[in-house]
Amino acid sequence: MSDTVQTGKPLLEVRDLCVAYGAIEAVRSVSFTVQAGQIVSLIGSNGAGKTTTLRTISGLLRPRSGQILFEGRPIHTQPAHAILGMGVAHCPEGRRLFPKMTVEENLLLGAYTRKDEGIAEDVERVYDLFPVLGERRGNKAGLFSGGEQQMLAIGRAMMSRPRLLMLDEPSMGLSPIMTQRIFDTIRDLQRLGTTVLLVEQNALAALAQSDYAHVVDLGRTTIEGTGHDLLADQRVRDAYLGEN
Amino acid sequence: MFATLMQQIANGIVFGALIALVALGYTMVYGIVQLINFAHGEVFMVGAFGGLATYTWVLPADVKQIWYVALPLMVLGGVVVSVLISLAMERIAYRPLRNAPRLAPLITALGVSVFLQEAVRLFYPNATSAQPFPATFITTPLVIGPVTVPASGILLVAVSIVLAILLQAYVNRSRMGRAMRATAQDPDTARLMGINPDRVIVVTFAIGAVLAGVGGVLYGVYINNIDNQIGFQNGVFAFTAAVLGGIGSIRGAVIGSFVIGLVKNLADVLLPGGTAYDYVWIFVLLIVVLVFAPQGLFGEAERVRA
Ligand SMILES: Nc1ncnc2c1ncn2[C@@H]1O[C@H](COP(=O)(O)OP(=O)(O)OP(=O)(O)O)[C@@H](O)[C@H]1O
Ligand SMILES: [Mg+2]
Repeated sequence: MSDTVQTGKPLLEVRDLCVAYGAIEAVRSVSFTVQAGQIVSLIGSNGAGKTTTLRTISGLLRPRSGQILFEGRPIHTQPAHAILGMGVAHCPEGRRLFPKMTVEENLLLGAYTRKDEGIAEDVERVYDLFPVLGERRGNKAGLFSGGEQQMLAIGRAMMSRPRLLMLDEPSMGLSPIMTQRIFDTIRDLQRLGTTVLLVEQNALAALAQSDYAHVVDLGRTTIEGTGHDLLADQRVRDAYLGEN
Repeated sequence: MFATLMQQIANGIVFGALIALVALGYTMVYGIVQLINFAHGEVFMVGAFGGLATYTWVLPADVKQIWYVALPLMVLGGVVVSVLISLAMERIAYRPLRNAPRLAPLITALGVSVFLQEAVRLFYPNATSAQPFPATFITTPLVIGPVTVPASGILLVAVSIVLAILLQAYVNRSRMGRAMRATAQDPDTARLMGINPDRVIVVTFAIGAVLAGVGGVLYGVYINNIDNQIGFQNGVFAFTAAVLGGIGSIRGAVIGSFVIGLVKNLADVLLPGGTAYDYVWIFVLLIVVLVFAPQGLFGEAERVRA
């Protein structure tokens, strides 16, 4: 149903993923690919299994079955810290900053695995992108507003210089203006060469920004297509865009 | 009476400095893995024996005469033994239980504690009776008015304070220290930063063991004899100090230790029962503090933090 050219090896490939919390099967059959350079979204309602999918990709959860390939190599048996080292960063749902640490310390933790000379430069780049963080770099992260914390969470995830950046509900709890700024930032990151896997309940905003998108429903990937196609799809409009 | 009080205060400060070296290990490990490592007192005990063994069997006779060479080498020997034992216990006893219910590692810790006491009893000659520690070192005491503090006591206080400050700086400034604080605050998110929790845990156990090993050898030099029960006896005070200060807090462990040291030594002369009631007064203090401040004096709000 898509007209996107799916050429070459995908950066990320998720094959028939199944993940359970004890007896609860949160993800039953999720399959999708992410092509390098794209912004790909997973949209779906509450409890559909989007966060569980991201947490499994980043190695915090182990799949019951299925495969996750990053650059063609299986990563679903690797520990989380090794997966970050391969170039997959995960900006988790609810931001999960280290609230008792300063802005700067949070950013440095984002660069924890890096040994190169460019860390200080990248910290400055985040401050250029989000000046409010630079002005208050010595303040504890827990003291910032929701939108500012979201900026810091994204900045922190960027600090590892990931090839794949996964963002879980970056617009949650933000004003429309802040949401717009976050989405603009995601676009900028893409332009700089980062591939983005975006999870959103705010389907309208996500689809408008995405090259490609998948609907997750009750633990399964169902409809897929370009952001543009899905915005026009009647089933998606009915279920996720609040129309009738 | 005044002279006695002053002397007890001095003794309390020295004892607090000793306890702090052990309490820091309890608090660091708890901050990272939420485990009360009851066997940590034994890490202190094996450190003392490691120091004594170094003196008895490793150091040549002429080196034994030069205290400023012999003592650092004994401390080194004690630290090596403490760290090896501590890392072995983390690897063998605790790591396999990482995802088990909390009670399992706690009971295991009690088992490891008994195991180490018994191992020393079996393998170190006569370890159950007081083994004399070489006391020929630095004999000149410090005398201020009515108060006399042996040089080994001064050394203990100085070393303890310096190591606590270094630890604080390490945790607050270094890259590994940042990883430790991140793991203490939010272990899952720390993993998302690329932090390997096993590495952080190993470093944490090792740091605790270094401090306990130093403490064990300096205890031997200060008290002049050791046996296989000293880990348990002093571990109880150190654990109480860490809880009193707010377990997980470095500053809390140090302050808690000095409070315990002073209360213990003052209670010995001011309260009925004398030294026999040490534990009673310490636990009364602990209970009173926990009733009014369940997190301890510096608890929770700043785990593994300044
Ligand atoms: N730790 C957990 N233990 C048990 N069940 C869980 C756990 N986390 C999530 N679930 C369940 O798994 C299912 C999928 O949850 P998940 O958080 O992945 O959904 P989601 O698509 O991210 O939802 P939302 O849009 O609300 O964030 C839900 O039914 C949820 O209740
Ligand atoms: Mg979610």
